[in-house]
Amino acid sequence: MRAANILHLGVKELRSLTRDPIMLVLIVYAFTVSIYTAATAMPETLNKAPIAIVDEDRSPLSERIASAFYPPYFVLPKFITQAEMDARMDAGLDTFALDIPPDFQRDLLAGRRPTIQLNVDATRMSQAFTGSGYIQTIVADEVRVFAQRYRDVPELPVELALRARFNPQLNKSWFGAIMQVINNVTMLSIVLTGAALIREREHGTVEHLLVMPVTPFEIMTSKVWAMGLVVLAATAFALTAVVQGALSVPIEGSLALFLAGAALHLFATTSTGILLGTIARSMPQFGLLLMLILLPLQMLSGGTTPRESMPEIVQYLMLAAPNTHFVMLAQAILYRGAGLAVVWPQLVAIAIIGTTLFSLALLRFRRTIATLA
Amino acid sequence: MSVAPTDSAPVARLTGIGLRYGAVRALAGIDLELPAGRLLGLIGPDGVGKSSLLALIAGARAIQTGRIEVLGGDMADARHRRRVCPRIAYMPQGLGKNLYPTLSIFENLDFFGSLFGHGRAARAARIRELTAVTGLAPFIDRPAGKLSGGMKQKLGLCCALIHDPDLLILDEPTTGVDPLSRRQFWELIAGIRAARPGMSVLVATAYMEEAARFDWLVAMDAGAVLATGTPQALLERSGSASLEEAFIALLPETRRHDHRPVVIPPRPGDGDAAIEAQDLSMRFGDFVAVDQVSFRIQRGEIFGFLGSNGCGKTTTMKMLTGLLPPSAGQARLFGQAVDPRDLATRRRVGYMSQAFSLYTELTVRQNLALHARLFALPEASIPARVGEMVQRFDLAGVMDALPNALPLGVRQRLSLAVALIHGPELLILDEPTSGVDPIARDGFWRALVELSRRDGVTIFISTHFMNEAERCDRISLMHEGPVLVTDTPTVLIRQRGADSLEDAFIGYLEDAAVVEADAPLKSDRTPAATPAQATATEAGPRGWQRFFDPRRVVSYARREALELRRDPIRLTLALVGSVILMFVMGYGISLDVEDLTFAVLDRDQTTVSRDYTLNIAGSRYFVEQPPITDYDDLDRRMRAGKLSLAIEIPSGFARDIARGRAVEIGAWIDGAMPTRAETARGYVQGMHAHWLATKAREAGHGDALAGLANLETRFRYNPDVKSLVAMVPAVIPLLLMLIPAMLAALSVVREKELGSITNFYVTPTTRLEFLLGKQLPYVVLSFLSFLLLTLLAVTVFGVPLKGSFLTLTAGALLYVGAATAVGLLISTFMRSQIAALFGTAVLTILPAASFSGMIDPVSSLEGMGRFIGEIYPTTHFLTIARGTFSKALNFSDLYAAFIPLALAVPVLFGLSAVLLKKQEN
Repeated sequence: MRAANILHLGVKELRSLTRDPIMLVLIVYAFTVSIYTAATAMPETLNKAPIAIVDEDRSPLSERIASAFYPPYFVLPKFITQAEMDARMDAGLDTFALDIPPDFQRDLLAGRRPTIQLNVDATRMSQAFTGSGYIQTIVADEVRVFAQRYRDVPELPVELALRARFNPQLNKSWFGAIMQVINNVTMLSIVLTGAALIREREHGTVEHLLVMPVTPFEIMTSKVWAMGLVVLAATAFALTAVVQGALSVPIEGSLALFLAGAALHLFATTSTGILLGTIARSMPQFGLLLMLILLPLQMLSGGTTPRESMPEIVQYLMLAAPNTHFVMLAQAILYRGAGLAVVWPQLVAIAIIGTTLFSLALLRFRRTIATLA
Repeated sequence: MSVAPTDSAPVARLTGIGLRYGAVRALAGIDLELPAGRLLGLIGPDGVGKSSLLALIAGARAIQTGRIEVLGGDMADARHRRRVCPRIAYMPQGLGKNLYPTLSIFENLDFFGSLFGHGRAARAARIRELTAVTGLAPFIDRPAGKLSGGMKQKLGLCCALIHDPDLLILDEPTTGVDPLSRRQFWELIAGIRAARPGMSVLVATAYMEEAARFDWLVAMDAGAVLATGTPQALLERSGSASLEEAFIALLPETRRHDHRPVVIPPRPGDGDAAIEAQDLSMRFGDFVAVDQVSFRIQRGEIFGFLGSNGCGKTTTMKMLTGLLPPSAGQARLFGQAVDPRDLATRRRVGYMSQAFSLYTELTVRQNLALHARLFALPEASIPARVGEMVQRFDLAGVMDALPNALPLGVRQRLSLAVALIHGPELLILDEPTSGVDPIARDGFWRALVELSRRDGVTIFISTHFMNEAERCDRISLMHEGPVLVTDTPTVLIRQRGADSLEDAFIGYLEDAAVVEADAPLKSDRTPAATPAQATATEAGPRGWQRFFDPRRVVSYARREALELRRDPIRLTLALVGSVILMFVMGYGISLDVEDLTFAVLDRDQTTVSRDYTLNIAGSRYFVEQPPITDYDDLDRRMRAGKLSLAIEIPSGFARDIARGRAVEIGAWIDGAMPTRAETARGYVQGMHAHWLATKAREAGHGDALAGLANLETRFRYNPDVKSLVAMVPAVIPLLLMLIPAMLAALSVVREKELGSITNFYVTPTTRLEFLLGKQLPYVVLSFLSFLLLTLLAVTVFGVPLKGSFLTLTAGALLYVGAATAVGLLISTFMRSQIAALFGTAVLTILPAASFSGMIDPVSSLEGMGRFIGEIYPTTHFLTIARGTFSKALNFSDLYAAFIPLALAVPVLFGLSAVLLKKQEN
């Protein structure tokens, strides 16, 4: 092995990349606009949840309840009839429909414990859950405050002071921004190495390399460092300029530690790219493989929905993916300000996964080369 | 300058033609009249603009300046182009470049035939005829990619001839083809011309001996015409004996002066062996590519390797370089067995492969320097060494150019320079001079001779040029595996009793061919290209069919579908991949938040405080962890992500409650993942309220606290609130966007990268037909995928389809139309496959997964994401899918979601059509 070869071949990879302007534009897009859009699109917790109210009571109390729903959590409620309710929910116009029965206020004051019906579109899972919790609290509060004006409502004096740490406002754009960075890191590193390898195979340049005093290990390592470097630079830029700058997301922990973790993650994902490049025989095949790999990596690594709620088997399977550990690491460092003492298990896990993928890719790479000619 | 024959109007007239590629001037001020009904030759060195000129005449490239009239009309006029393109046939440079490698000979021909509107029966008859004449008939079911170079060129010719053109344009059709195939090729052309005397044939060629037999020649140099006339006239004008000399004589003084004939000094006595091959064999499955080849090449010898295309020359060379391990036998370099891991030997060998293998993204200088470094030349000596190579191979003027911008001949010189940069003792050159013009070839050979005779470099070279073979010390003739004969060229000619090496070579090959009873290849067959029936069926396009002919759509669709069928891995990935993804995501994505970790910092340690903890620990949402000892512990564990919830119960908690004094319980949730935190907050508040209510009841407050009013929550459409029921109908739209878009995204750009896009440029196919034909197979495949996914959703996942299946199906059909159109749009826009791939991933995954309402409804999104979500097709199909699956809806409820989908298809498709160029720019 010669370090010089790895260096020169890597420089060649970098030069090649600069010759593809559309690719460069796409990379810039992926690490700026795409991240910004993804982050700002994320509603802050419950945002503009569409709600409609069927007010059959038309009492001061029912009006009071209706006026408790306002932006940004909810859109201003639409007042509809019971007949409209089903149609509107069917069409997906409302996630929530609150039906206040006739004589609600009278029954309440008479202590008859009347019932309000809340209809929830359960196909909108996350909004449905969070929103119905909010609505319950809001309705209960309004009813209690209203009732207290007329009679004595006993209370237990235990308060719950609930605070969210690391992201007090539970601002989703903080989370969305970082997760989008991670998604793009994975996507780009796999594409850059895998597709580039297939292109070299289609153009016959890999074969040419192999008659020179260069080993497959050197070829692979050069791709890993060169493409890794590109993505790492893009990541650093995205984090400082877009995430911290344009989106003003506070980053608690050490950026350097995070980038070190990202470098390790890139080692694993660039190896994945090469591995896929040796499996696929043509670019169209690679494209499909890419989708098959990327989608689970993005959706199941804990960056979209919490890991805890996944079926156990999926949780275990996803432990084999570098993304899972990288998402944990990113959350720990960037939000919770965790240091090396906390995140070392993730670093070790990514290193092990990366080495395994690299070895597998090298093995397949050697074998593919043998059958190339 | 030109003297056009007077018997007929010219087939093409060019006035003031100029062409630039960026800063490079390819053609300047060309005025030409090409006489009709002749065999016209275009000769000249590489890079003088021959190919550009042919592409312009064929209409494949857009005219920049000047005027070209072909077959009586202006080629700048799209209507005229469309009218005459059925009368023009164009075969671009490069072996089989416009063929489809996975399609068989028959399918390739059938495709071209159908583009010109021939009926099925007429096509079949025509294909029978053409394949019989060309001798391709026995191989009619063989994929084009598996044909030898000569056969590829014959097939290319058949494809060009299928519609009986009046003007046949062939760009270096015999480059890289062995002498026997070449001879057969020209006999074929002669036969066809005899049958159709009106046809004009315009050929660019690097073989002067071929050009000598043409009717009329155009000699070109540096983007301009040097001379025109019959070969005889050109010879007379320059007073030369051969056309090769005549051409050199026609060159301006400055270009001529550095040309010297190649002189080969005799080789000093025998040396030890540089290459030894003993019974070297290579089998690919049943196919024997190389059959027990043995030879011994001495140091300093120039050893020629001849044989028809696909006879095993390249495979033998690859075994010698260690690229391929031989199936049997042994190869030795410098007395040592070839070992692919032996890097030291590689440093002593220079290899130049047949396919151009330099880095097209690096400049000439960078290519040279990179190779010098890889061969570990001392850094200090590299500039000098690069300079030496540049001087030797005359590359000084192109140092900062990219290889792809260089003419083939210059590229080959660069390849050789790269192969020589480390001063190897052995050079293995695989057809290094294919496509290189005579002057450049002579220069190349002078370099080889010098290397061999002065530096003692052993050269192992394969070639199709007989005058090059004659320059070798010894040559081997190879044919379909075995070596037929090895000796010096003179001995071979004598043994055969032939006039020239070419005749001797063809003699050997024909002997071998006769043994194999390869009857159709016999050259004395009368080519019977009678176009009568075919012409009859070639009804001219009328009315709207001129702009949109469903038959051509079907031809393109069938071709694309065939290619897809030949790639079972891709088919499987598309169908099985979607299913796997649906399983993984359907089960994996769950929005129920459960099993959150929590721990308590209990400063009270009473039954009441423990009761509060138990209240939380007892729920299925939270799992209790060891208690927290102090604030530091709390902080550390939360930072490490070990706790999602931390509770602090103050000391005196139980006492204060009993006394009715206000107490406050502290709770912290991990906000790193907002959705999870949000849900956890709801849970904690609920449990707190529940605990209070229970305590109140115990304390005798009775029903007073149990609530003033009830709130009854009805989860509609999914009463059990199952993630699966909510997720599966959402995953189907996601998958039906990503996979179809990716399928279609490479369809057009791949043709651009591989060169077969030319077929679209020069056939009467319109943009609409082309795109629609490309799209249809993927729509069908994606639709099948939809049916499969729906079936699985209902059966395996048990998600009931409550609404109208027909509505869902109609929506899906529109939707996959839109998804494939997204792919097509990306494909027509991008220039490289990699960019198309990455672009598709970037432009589909994020919008479809995050902005289309799969997790958060579009109405709750903000900013750009909201806007993208509103117009993205996935949003609307998601409404349809959830509506039909979960909400029992039908078309009348969902028609609003159909409108954007129905609009998206023509908009995306139209944009693709606008971006797609009908000519190369």
